[in-house]
Amino acid sequence: MADAPHIPDEAETRARWGAFAWTAENAEQAKKVIARYPEGRQASAVMPLLDLAQRQVGAETNTQGWLPVPVMEYIADQLEMPYMRVYEVATFYTMYNLAPVGRFHVQVCGTTPCMLRGSDDVLAACKGKGLSKGHTTADGLFTLTEVECLGACANAPMVQINDDNYEDLTFETMTAILDDLAAGKQPKIGPQIDRQTSCPEGGPTSLKEMVSENHDYRGAW
Amino acid sequence: MAEETAAPPAFVGPLEDKDRIFTNVYGFQDWGIDAAMKRGDWDNTKKLLEIGQDAIIDQIKASGLRGRGGAGFPTGMKWSFMPKESKDGRPSFLVINADESEPGSCKDREIIRHDPHKLIEGALVAGFAMRARAAYIYIRGEFIYEAKVLFAAVQQAYDKGFLGKNACGSGYDFDVFVHRGAGAYICGEETAQIESIEGKKGQPRLKPPFPAGAGLYGCPTTVNNVESIAVAPTILRRSPAWFSSFGRENNKGTKLFQISGHVNKPCVVEESMGIPFKELIDRHCGGIRGGWDNLLAVIPGGSSVPLVPAAQIMDAPMDFDGLRGLGSGLGTAAVIVMDKSTDIVRAISRLSYFYKHESCGQCTPCREGTGWMWRVMERLRNGEAEIEEIDMLFQVTKQVEGHTICALGDAAAWPIQGLIRHFRPEIERRINERKGTPAMMEAAE
Amino acid sequence: MPKVTVDGVEVEVPAGATVLQACELAGKEIPRFCYHERLSIAGNCRMCLVEVKPGPPKPQASCALPASEGQEIRTDSEMVKKAREGVMEFLLINHPLDCPICDQGGECDLQDQSVAYGKGNSRFHENKRAVTEKYMGPIVKTVMTRCIQCTRCVRFAEEVAGVPEIGAIYRGENMQITTYLEHAAQSELSGNVVDLCPVGALTARPYAFEARPWELKKTFGIDVMDALGTNIRIDSRGRQVLRVVPRVNDDVNEEWASDKTRHHVDALVRKRLDRPYVRKQGKLVAASWDEAFAAVAEGVKKAGSSVAAVAGDMLDCETMYAARELVKSLGGTMFEGRQTGLAYDVSNLAAVNFNSTIAGAETADVILLVGTNLRWEAPLINTRIRKAIKKGAKVFAIGPETDLTYKVEWLGNDASLLSNLPKPVIDAFKGAQRPMMIVGGGVLGKDGAHGDTLALVDTLGLIKDGWNGYNVLHFAAARMGGLMLGYAVDGGIRAMAAAQPKLLFSLGADEVDYDLFKESFIVYVGHHGDKGAHAADVILPGATYAEKAGTWANLEGRVQFGEKAVFAPGDAREDWSIFRALSQIVGKTLPFDSFEALRAKMAADVPALGAEGLVGYEWAPPKLPTGASGELAYPIKDFYLTNSICRASPTMQRCSAELVHGEEFAEAAE
Repeated sequence: MADAPHIPDEAETRARWGAFAWTAENAEQAKKVIARYPEGRQASAVMPLLDLAQRQVGAETNTQGWLPVPVMEYIADQLEMPYMRVYEVATFYTMYNLAPVGRFHVQVCGTTPCMLRGSDDVLAACKGKGLSKGHTTADGLFTLTEVECLGACANAPMVQINDDNYEDLTFETMTAILDDLAAGKQPKIGPQIDRQTSCPEGGPTSLKEMVSENHDYRGAW
Repeated sequence: MAEETAAPPAFVGPLEDKDRIFTNVYGFQDWGIDAAMKRGDWDNTKKLLEIGQDAIIDQIKASGLRGRGGAGFPTGMKWSFMPKESKDGRPSFLVINADESEPGSCKDREIIRHDPHKLIEGALVAGFAMRARAAYIYIRGEFIYEAKVLFAAVQQAYDKGFLGKNACGSGYDFDVFVHRGAGAYICGEETAQIESIEGKKGQPRLKPPFPAGAGLYGCPTTVNNVESIAVAPTILRRSPAWFSSFGRENNKGTKLFQISGHVNKPCVVEESMGIPFKELIDRHCGGIRGGWDNLLAVIPGGSSVPLVPAAQIMDAPMDFDGLRGLGSGLGTAAVIVMDKSTDIVRAISRLSYFYKHESCGQCTPCREGTGWMWRVMERLRNGEAEIEEIDMLFQVTKQVEGHTICALGDAAAWPIQGLIRHFRPEIERRINERKGTPAMMEAAE
Repeated sequence: MPKVTVDGVEVEVPAGATVLQACELAGKEIPRFCYHERLSIAGNCRMCLVEVKPGPPKPQASCALPASEGQEIRTDSEMVKKAREGVMEFLLINHPLDCPICDQGGECDLQDQSVAYGKGNSRFHENKRAVTEKYMGPIVKTVMTRCIQCTRCVRFAEEVAGVPEIGAIYRGENMQITTYLEHAAQSELSGNVVDLCPVGALTARPYAFEARPWELKKTFGIDVMDALGTNIRIDSRGRQVLRVVPRVNDDVNEEWASDKTRHHVDALVRKRLDRPYVRKQGKLVAASWDEAFAAVAEGVKKAGSSVAAVAGDMLDCETMYAARELVKSLGGTMFEGRQTGLAYDVSNLAAVNFNSTIAGAETADVILLVGTNLRWEAPLINTRIRKAIKKGAKVFAIGPETDLTYKVEWLGNDASLLSNLPKPVIDAFKGAQRPMMIVGGGVLGKDGAHGDTLALVDTLGLIKDGWNGYNVLHFAAARMGGLMLGYAVDGGIRAMAAAQPKLLFSLGADEVDYDLFKESFIVYVGHHGDKGAHAADVILPGATYAEKAGTWANLEGRVQFGEKAVFAPGDAREDWSIFRALSQIVGKTLPFDSFEALRAKMAADVPALGAEGLVGYEWAPPKLPTGASGELAYPIKDFYLTNSICRASPTMQRCSAELVHGEEFAEAAE
């Protein structure tokens, strides 16, 4: 359990977050989320609400956000769920941060498809910028996590930083991305090489008409 | 289990663009509903529904479509398990599995972010056919942008009257909801996914009861992969015969292949089922990095299937039965290519770590076995082991395989079994080398 | 009734049975860890794998698989043997080899099953997993490295105890069982998880490192902490009771026991009256038996026939009978057990009995609770109500709102509701097949309440064919036995006090307001230095329930016998023998000189007390005044401190401080 999150002290967390409540906008959003599920099945909304809450905490702390205990309890109360069941959910899924993270949560995929194409280099770039796995940099800017396959294998290696994917990385492009973020600039999202999404580099081998126009192939059926 | 087909017919290719279903797979064009309609989506969907519920299921059966999520279960048959009427007032649900998390797989992502209306229209068609009251699309949490697109696309469909009350003017009421995951591979397992939608930890359920009897909220439920659902409208529009004109017997249709690893140009591409490996790579991926002689091995169906050495995969038809014949599987057609620079033991060990990380923890063999296997794999990687431990590891994989509630245990076992089966000499070499050169051992510490 | 074959032997199994149950019917033992008859099926330990045809060519978890016609089940095949060995190996790889210092040693499922089904060696050469301890409260000690994640405790907490505070956090090999944020489990049933835990992960904190199971003498007893009559096993070594665990009795406690039942035992050696005392110049002074008896004889002489007896809450029938016979022989006529002043009508015992029976309670479909905090007054009836709710029962309640662990529709807190029930309640009862009302013993103290509730029997249709839904819930173990032995005075203890008896025998009566008996010479026969002893003029040290055999009738009128586990400490004696000896001294020798003779005599007098089982009082409710009003209150203010034994128990005091009064006991480092 060396990599277990260090959960902050309960009393301090309660003092800081005990008064958590939705913003007006999120309260509205929470209602909409709950309405997606049948009556009496409001527990289904626990995952989206945890995500929403994490984002609100993130907005308040200028980080990616995390889930203090009182925030989880706030959601449990709203959904009439036992606290333990919400806590179980929050600890089961990896996207919920149980401890504070930095402004940018750098999530480098290290699973085999990315590994084959150089995720070691991506991690080395992170290391080069002073990031280390499981830790937040002293300036509070970056938290580095090695994550499992994020489902962009044809664009490996890749990293997800907060909500954005950066793909087809190299040591150099990863370094540049971290530099840009540190400098307050928004790097280009998506493939870092000359490539349209998961299309083969250099142009498509199929569906070439689609490149320039919204082609309707039905005429050829 | 399908019977072996005698003398498979030669592959007929290439697949022409007009026969590709996902024409905006690369997102060169807008994903929005107007652009999608110009490409042929939502084209008189009402007429598709008029085919009738049972007739739709029959047509899907006739098309030979097998589930695209990995197991390859016939889709039409799966739909037919759903109750034709509710005897106790319970509604039925369609759950669409967009929890694409299998290492190597990245096709559903392209469908969702670039052709979402194929999926949403498919949801209506499939949901209607199986008499579902609503569909929940379970999209993995890390697909943040993709989920945004999907939420918006669903809203577009509602705005046009394609979903909701009297969907597409059919007289049928149907809702589509999007549910985001939050980081758990296991939620790709259908019953874990149902648990997750219900707001619990994603721990697979015991079967029976099967979801078609008691699934989401205890109601009859079918869980289908994104691709299986998204191809349904086109199959109905173009006829089952059209779809089944591609591929070999029992392995019909077109398929999104995702090629990653050591090819010159990794990509996602729709091809005919059964396309030979070499042709797939040469046509779309610019060949193997360093040439064909440099190919070491391929994991042809995503991390859960055993690897296949270069010599065996070269001419293999990329379909369910063809790869099963090689002791592997098509899985999600996520092709992970490894050239001779690959540390093959590390490549598989990294997958072992993945399964250890993703085990839900409820059953003993998987919870305990995945960690054990990974730790032994890490030692094998460095040669820090005894030769006998290779056999022991193999036995441990056999102790996990087939002893768990869900298939994650199997998935964790198979890659290791494939490695030992095909690369035992390499593992032994590392052990012997480490033993033979004590000086090196110290240096490595 | 499907027929299956198990290892070639055909057995017929009840519809709905599982393969595991089929195997058991065929006499085959199936190893298991997660499966438990009284919990939902998890199917996660994988130890119960068997081979089943037809089916996939891999072993199946028998606990979860329905048995169906024509199945061929094998429990003895090579596949099954290997599967069990494999699962056992996995369970052991991360399990510490600390059996020598583990309290579960000797009664450990993992230990037993690894001997029976394991391979006997390990091939695991990695580092073992270590898991930090989790604080679960004053009752449950944790050594979580030993946990095999069977989740029995999680399921028990949610399903039976109704406090979903235990859960499994994280996932995969990092999955850990814990209470929510490691706070104490807020349950009066938490000790049951210790029995459920198949390994030494959850052990009894008060019993830690006390004994090995094979050193213990096991005696079957009846619990006296409440009126349920929980069947217990008293485990003792030498003269000391070291622990109490429940025995299985599906009619009474199933296989559960409350934390009070389990853990009051440290008080059996504390604050004991282990020698007689006589009050001299206002002070209680230790005395010999002879001196004490002489003092009593003196008192008896002065009192003449003005003698009465008041019985405590934990008494066995034999004590009450022996005392009654002595008092009667002296000419006394007043006997009371309702110490706190209740004076309800007892002309028909069925009208003050739990008629639906404890087991019957779980079949009820509409339930009205009247002034009863079931969770504290009878936690194991509360679990039955939870079961009823699971089957769809609806629960209404009159009384102060409190958390009963399930959804209750609270009607209010005024006794006048009894004569004015809201229409939805009446309507709900109209449609009920098994309507049930539970009247808290405390409610009967309210004028008119007994009559009101009896009047509702007709209004709510509580009597159906083969069903009596009228229930009074007592919480004194001695209550029904006492009533059967005539321990009730018209007007209750106040009437007794008004008669100003010159001599009062207090039989372990520690809840009495002794200010009422200032003029009486009080002879206290009991075991703990509590309220009764303080008021006494002479103390004759008696035995606790564990130190004597005895008969108890529980709140449903079920007669049960308990055996003697240990000897009373010091000079203390079994109560009946004290009265026998005293009777001789005062010249009214009782007609029995052995416990057996006493029992025979009592059974001749009150035949129902001579045979185990339900008495079955005839239903003939009296016509009583009605029209109760005013607020109801629950008589028990602190679950953990309801009698002289648990008040003397450090464990119960700590439970009270921590769980009732919310004091912090941080001891993560322990």
